[in-house]
Amino acid sequence: MPETATKAALRVHHLRKTYKDVVAVDDLELEVRPAECFGLLGPNGAGKTTTVEICEGLTTPDSGEVEVLGLTWQRDAAALRQRLGIQLQETQLSEKLTVLETLQLFRSFFRQGADAAEAVSLVQLEEKAGARVGSLSGGQKQRLALACALVGNPDFLFLDEPTTGLDPQARRQLWELIERFKLSGRTILLTTHYMDEAERLCDRVAIMDHGKVIALGTPRELIASVCTEHLLEFSAGTHPQPLDLAALAALEGVRDVRTENGSVRMQVTELHRAVPALLEELGRQHVPLTELRTHSATLEDVFVTLTGRHLRDE
Amino acid sequence: MNKNHPLVQLTLVRFREFIREPEALFWVFVFPILLAAGLGIAFRNRPAEVLQITAVTPELAAPLRTEKLLDVRQLPLPAAEAALRNGKVALLVEPGADGAVVYRFDDTNPEGRTAHMLADRALQRAAGRVDPLASTERLMREPGSRYIDFLIPGLLGMNMMGSAMWGIGFTIVDARRKKLIKRMVATPMPRNYYLLSFLLSRLLLLVVEVGVVLGFGALVFQVPVHGSLASLALLCALSSLCFCALGLLTASRVQTIEAASGLMNAVMLPMWICSGVFFSAQRFPSAMQPVIKALPLTAVIDALRASMLQGASLAELTPQVAILCAWLVISFGLALKLFRWR
Repeated sequence: MPETATKAALRVHHLRKTYKDVVAVDDLELEVRPAECFGLLGPNGAGKTTTVEICEGLTTPDSGEVEVLGLTWQRDAAALRQRLGIQLQETQLSEKLTVLETLQLFRSFFRQGADAAEAVSLVQLEEKAGARVGSLSGGQKQRLALACALVGNPDFLFLDEPTTGLDPQARRQLWELIERFKLSGRTILLTTHYMDEAERLCDRVAIMDHGKVIALGTPRELIASVCTEHLLEFSAGTHPQPLDLAALAALEGVRDVRTENGSVRMQVTELHRAVPALLEELGRQHVPLTELRTHSATLEDVFVTLTGRHLRDE
Repeated sequence: MNKNHPLVQLTLVRFREFIREPEALFWVFVFPILLAAGLGIAFRNRPAEVLQITAVTPELAAPLRTEKLLDVRQLPLPAAEAALRNGKVALLVEPGADGAVVYRFDDTNPEGRTAHMLADRALQRAAGRVDPLASTERLMREPGSRYIDFLIPGLLGMNMMGSAMWGIGFTIVDARRKKLIKRMVATPMPRNYYLLSFLLSRLLLLVVEVGVVLGFGALVFQVPVHGSLASLALLCALSSLCFCALGLLTASRVQTIEAASGLMNAVMLPMWICSGVFFSAQRFPSAMQPVIKALPLTAVIDALRASMLQGASLAELTPQVAILCAWLVISFGLALKLFRWR
């Protein structure tokens, strides 16, 4: 079958939603391919949750079309519900039920799927199967929420900020579970404002801001698109003459040089050429190095380049 | 029945959430018993009380002592007046002019009035009066006509209202606040099952709830159930469903516990006061009676009293049953229309 004929797992066309005078989703276009993990990345208020909840059939759009697994909410709501796994952003499950009872409840709504005990082991909560939900840690609650989304054996999984507010260890644990689901060949739409999460989990990422997609591609493509492959940062010790920045900017593979709080930040495309050249040039200028750091550009840098703001700025 | 049916699971959840909440258990099961016990003791029937009176001459004191319900003390006038003033005696009897008798008492005090009538009758009979009409007395102290008999159906009605409204209202508003309702709606769960599970779990709990109050009344105070148990059960089921529907309606759009709590109280307060839980609703002005009669709790309590105490059949209770059915249908219909699923 030719690539173009493959049905998209999710297609969003001219989607629009306003709340009072705020435009939450502004003429949005989106396509998620089958079996991919697609990330919606953006700051709070970018319209990620509204978009996802429209796709989940929980919010009605003002205008536009949404097609999930080739079905629409207007015509096939009941069939669609059976095939989706959904995790909402801030659901608190009933504290007085046990983990197993919660999953038995959710399992009863689906025609097919793993039994509740299997779902418990799917998210590695076996030890807590008999424990009340109220006694679980934040990470365990989030894993239970994931299990509730998986218990109907869904073809399409929606995860709205699955790791927000969790400690690093709990986040990594959740990522491993999501990666395992990905391996089974089902589709995931995930929203997050953590760029490391998007880089690790997502095959493709759409960066959203003010209800629109402002960039789309694989994490690598997005990072390459702003041409900031690597960042090189150094601090110099005391030296007689002022640093000749123009000479640094002229070095091979260097795109930009800036000073920031007494240290020097350089955007570099080819680290393996820029570093020796820099050391040679500093030697020529008799400038001693006290510190030298490099890091690879991230989606955060992409967002900053595109919008001039940081992702986590409220 | 299949344990994995969504309706069974949802009802089980309601049940588990209820029994794992110790406060709810207290208010539904223990509180009405404590209340009935306290009021039953406070208003228990005592043997007719002997009234203290005083007479200032031995000629008056002697005939008065023939009345068994009077305790007569003979005192000099100043001491007798002091005793009347500070309430130690209910009546002062003294000779008047020309062999007449003067009674001094506070006519706003029922004891004073009773003592006056008893004393006057004793003195008139001693002076030779013969009653023209022969009469005998039959004393009514059997179960069915005491305050506790009046009270138990009232408490039962109040309890059914409280547990249905609080139980449903709080659970729904809490679930809405935690976005749990939205999460449920995101699954293939049929929405009417969600609401139905509240009614089902309530009916199951009702058996225990009604049993506790009636059992307590029957065992401790010998409160009778003259009507048939089947019609009593039907009445309770209808009442509870009616209050469930009212609870659903009250909670249909509320977003916070505080707002729900205020709204619940506003709905229930008029019924606590007017519907005749602790005293007869007939005491309110007759202009208010049509409104009071139309309140669901009034209908419930009137029907329960008529069934339990007078053995009325369901057919005789048609007006009350009709009122309850109307409340049930209208509240439930409105609740379904207004319910906010997120």
